[in-house]
Amino acid sequence: MAQHAVELILTRQLASCLSVPIVLFGPTGDVLFYNEPAEALLGMRFQETGPLTLVESDRRVRLTDERGAEIPRAARPSAIALGQQRPAHSQMWMTAADGTRRAVEVTAFPLLAEAGGLLGAAVMFWERDGR
Amino acid sequence: MKVTFYGTRGSLATPGRATERYGGNTSCVLVRGEDGSALVLDAGTGIRAAGADLPRDLRRVDILLTHLHMDHIQGLGFFGPLYNPRVEVHLWGPASATAALDARLSRYLSPPLFPVLLRDLPCRLHLHHVPCGEIKIGPFTIVAQSVCHPGPTVGYRLADGRAVLTYIPDHEPALGARHFPEDPEWTSGWELARDADLLVHDAQYTREEYPSHLGWGHSSLHDALAFGALARVRRLVFFHHDPARDDHAVSAAAEAAVVDARPAFSAMPAAEGESFDLPAGP
Repeated sequence: MAQHAVELILTRQLASCLSVPIVLFGPTGDVLFYNEPAEALLGMRFQETGPLTLVESDRRVRLTDERGAEIPRAARPSAIALGQQRPAHSQMWMTAADGTRRAVEVTAFPLLAEAGGLLGAAVMFWERDGR
Repeated sequence: MKVTFYGTRGSLATPGRATERYGGNTSCVLVRGEDGSALVLDAGTGIRAAGADLPRDLRRVDILLTHLHMDHIQGLGFFGPLYNPRVEVHLWGPASATAALDARLSRYLSPPLFPVLLRDLPCRLHLHHVPCGEIKIGPFTIVAQSVCHPGPTVGYRLADGRAVLTYIPDHEPALGARHFPEDPEWTSGWELARDADLLVHDAQYTREEYPSHLGWGHSSLHDALAFGALARVRRLVFFHHDPARDDHAVSAAAEAAVVDARPAFSAMPAAEGESFDLPAGP
């Protein structure tokens, strides 16, 4: 077991203190952590799932457009933040692990270390019809 | 390796009779290798005496800075070997996102704060940025890793093949953690401290003081003990004593925390002038 970079640790700690749903991705797209507000949106609990591989998270949570077509991985804000190392935002539909479908806003930004290097991405979700 | 404390105080030097047991100088620890290698951890006001104690024929010394807060660099300009043209001084420390180490240090080592410019020092000076992967110096393998403290800050893990010393003088791993300590992989500094023979760790506050200093970058004695337990260290030395605490108060705070936490390892306050030989004898 290796320790995460302090920047990721601090991002997780910040996310744990906020009411905004936040998912923390590693540099290869694996889900490292999601906070309690995100648990409600994603329909699963971090305590039960733990970290998720890219494939596993795709299997549990589907991201689609308004017509129900799958949003290609490369077009998702998380993938843009990781692949192009720039912030990205979009609107989409999310089918959570518990089957609930919601319209969401998604904003992602890359986590770049002080000394350089991509550590991951933080992704904020916002339910459009929610709060 | 031999580890000697030359400065144990946090934030501000506090000389005087009330602090003569644990010391009033700010952060500085001298580590000597079996081959005579000399590593100086931080350049607080204690570094002046550390420099004076080094052998005159020493030709290389490495200064490992954890960060550039004043209490960790204030003594730098008074380190004797910097003024000796026959000595090679290697200065290791963190850059920031916008400034290199020399630019950051020069803010202090230049007028009006200091009369001598960094570039005018007579020694053969080499600057290195950390973290930078493994560093090999004499018998030591050194790893620097960023840790939780305001501004670019690292901790160091020094291994000489026989023992491991971990030095994290300014560290607030409990910041924002719901239940500290949580998983090791989500705990700042854990990898540096893992199974260390000696952990020198920030313990500036009592448990009662900590809530009103949240985010200042320092730990309570209880959190230092919990961190040491998580990392399964063999010995913990409380470091970065609060400048408001006299000798009696440092002893009392440490004793109360140890009695309360009952660690499985020994824990004591760092005292200026005190040395540890690692590995410890039987």
